[in-house]
Amino acid sequence: MDAVLLGVSFDFLTAWGFWIGVGVLAGIYGIFTLGLQLNVGFTGILNFGQAGFMAIGAYSAVILVVDVGIPFFLALPLSMLITVIVGLLIGLPAVRLRADYLAIATIAFSEVIRITVQNARGLTGGNQGTISLELDNGRFFNETWQDISRWMTDNLFDPIGLSGNEFLNLPLLVVVWGVLIILTFALARLVRSPWGRVLRAVREDEDAARALGKNAFFYKLQSLSIAALLGGIAGWFLVLAQGSVSQEAFEPIWTFIGYAILVLGGLASFPGVLFGSFIFWAIYEGLRAMELPLSSDKDAALRFVFVGLILILLMAFRPQGAMGKKEEMVLGE
Amino acid sequence: MAAVEASSLATHAQTKSAWERFKTWADAHAPLVFLAVMAVFAVFLIADYGINAFAQRSVNGIVTGSYLALGAIGLTLVYGILRLTNFAHGDMLTLGAYIALLFNVTIGVPFWVAILAAALLTAAFGVLTELTMWKPMRRKKAGTLQLVLMTIGLAFVIRNMIQIFAGAGQQRLDVNTTNTIDFIGLTIGSFQLIVVIIAFAVLTAVASMLKYTSLGRQMRALADNFDLAETTGIDTNRVVIYTWILSAGLAGLAGVLVVGSIGSLNPNTGFALLLPLFAAVVVGGIGNAYGALAGGLIIGLTQEWSTLPIPPQWKVAVSFIVLVAVLIFRPQGIFGSERTL
Repeated sequence: MDAVLLGVSFDFLTAWGFWIGVGVLAGIYGIFTLGLQLNVGFTGILNFGQAGFMAIGAYSAVILVVDVGIPFFLALPLSMLITVIVGLLIGLPAVRLRADYLAIATIAFSEVIRITVQNARGLTGGNQGTISLELDNGRFFNETWQDISRWMTDNLFDPIGLSGNEFLNLPLLVVVWGVLIILTFALARLVRSPWGRVLRAVREDEDAARALGKNAFFYKLQSLSIAALLGGIAGWFLVLAQGSVSQEAFEPIWTFIGYAILVLGGLASFPGVLFGSFIFWAIYEGLRAMELPLSSDKDAALRFVFVGLILILLMAFRPQGAMGKKEEMVLGE
Repeated sequence: MAAVEASSLATHAQTKSAWERFKTWADAHAPLVFLAVMAVFAVFLIADYGINAFAQRSVNGIVTGSYLALGAIGLTLVYGILRLTNFAHGDMLTLGAYIALLFNVTIGVPFWVAILAAALLTAAFGVLTELTMWKPMRRKKAGTLQLVLMTIGLAFVIRNMIQIFAGAGQQRLDVNTTNTIDFIGLTIGSFQLIVVIIAFAVLTAVASMLKYTSLGRQMRALADNFDLAETTGIDTNRVVIYTWILSAGLAGLAGVLVVGSIGSLNPNTGFALLLPLFAAVVVGGIGNAYGALAGGLIIGLTQEWSTLPIPPQWKVAVSFIVLVAVLIFRPQGIFGSERTL
């Protein structure tokens, strides 16, 4: 039974592989956007450099495993440390700046990072920043992960009949969403803590928070570093999902896609990020899977027109998004 | 009481370290300090690579600086008057270039007619965005984030609609961009020379317009204080429309000149220029028209000079580092005064 409309097949909607793919991307960019939510929704700082932090996480983890030869599970915490340090280094000069300057400064930093991974062959070992995932002794960056993935398929999913090519990425989906949900709960708790209340005070009125003796600069710096960390974690999963890394995945448009997810789900709501990310990727990948009668570059362009329209229409007519709280929305001065 | 304060101030001034006194002096003479820093770099580069190589890169830098300045002035006008950080401005350049391409190559009219069409139609597009997006949003008292994300959305729509209609490939205008002029050992494309002349002529005209005409004075009044300007009876809607005509029209013109300078065009050309444009605006002082010219030239020169010691694929990163350095040490840009046109 083929569901066909205007010569476009909708069969993908019933394919497991399609939804697992959407789920993995939604999970990865959900983690990515949790950082933006903390910055924009709860601290009131416009971080436009999230894609750069994602690059730091992805490249540092791969370089540590492949070039330095550190075991996978030791490389991940080290990569977290590196991402946080980069977040601090960028935050130190940037968070003092006015909203729009901060946006420009962070996007400039992220582009410097991207241009570096694109051109520093000695560091990333590949043309245009494509990194080799293979080690000289035959080990792969994702070898450890593939062992885990195989174990999960054999012991958890095969017994209930979820195996085969379509379910290849099911283990990744489960792990990514596990991490995403844990992080969502942790962040939701964090912003309800005394620390989170100061963060919101900074967002509402920085001068007032300062008058109460709170070091607004330090809180903003912490917020940006946590966002960097979340971007970095999303970066690892992107490498595992794609099997390789290339600088194109860290262009500023991916930060803006994070913003589209953010405003879809709603500002100042962490569950909103999960919802926004799922809706976004279902539509985005759906547009790709529909195989419209267009050439591939025009098809890609159509998807980005959709991203642009989401941003324009939501900001014009429903700036609080699906789950955002209108009373908590501080959209700049 | 006042005497006590004055004397304590005086002792405070005396106890200032030499470094602090230098910082105060440098802050007051920022253009001079900038010039000095650039001169020091220039001396080192001349010493290392010879005067000829340096002069050639400087010529290239002035060409880049010219179109950057032309693009930056529209960005700075819209920011200064409307407080709108327009992330779609780079794509306005692309739009202008593709309009010129449509007239020049597809329809086949002469190049100068195509330039005119590009500037006029991009200006019309700017007015259209004002009427459909920015004016309603101002009335809703939208915040910075709302406006910035809308400009980003608009950027996506412009760039990708162009890609849908014109394809993603590289395209060329029907002008001779390979013809060069040699002069005392330096080479400049003859079209590049035209770019520099047009840019300087137009920028001088815009600066004079801002300084001497009634419209220019009204624009500056809006930049100083929008609400106060409205209260004093200035027809702000009219001034805003003219601001968009100027900003978008110059963006369209700049877009065509970019393609003329670098030879080819794709839908990402303008977006790739957005951050260098921001760099020019911030270096010159955001909202400052003369600053846009100086900032454009500084960014153009730094980018091209950097190709002497380091490979050219890094030159954009160099301009971003200049941008970040200025944001850190002198966020108001070289021409000090806060937010004036």
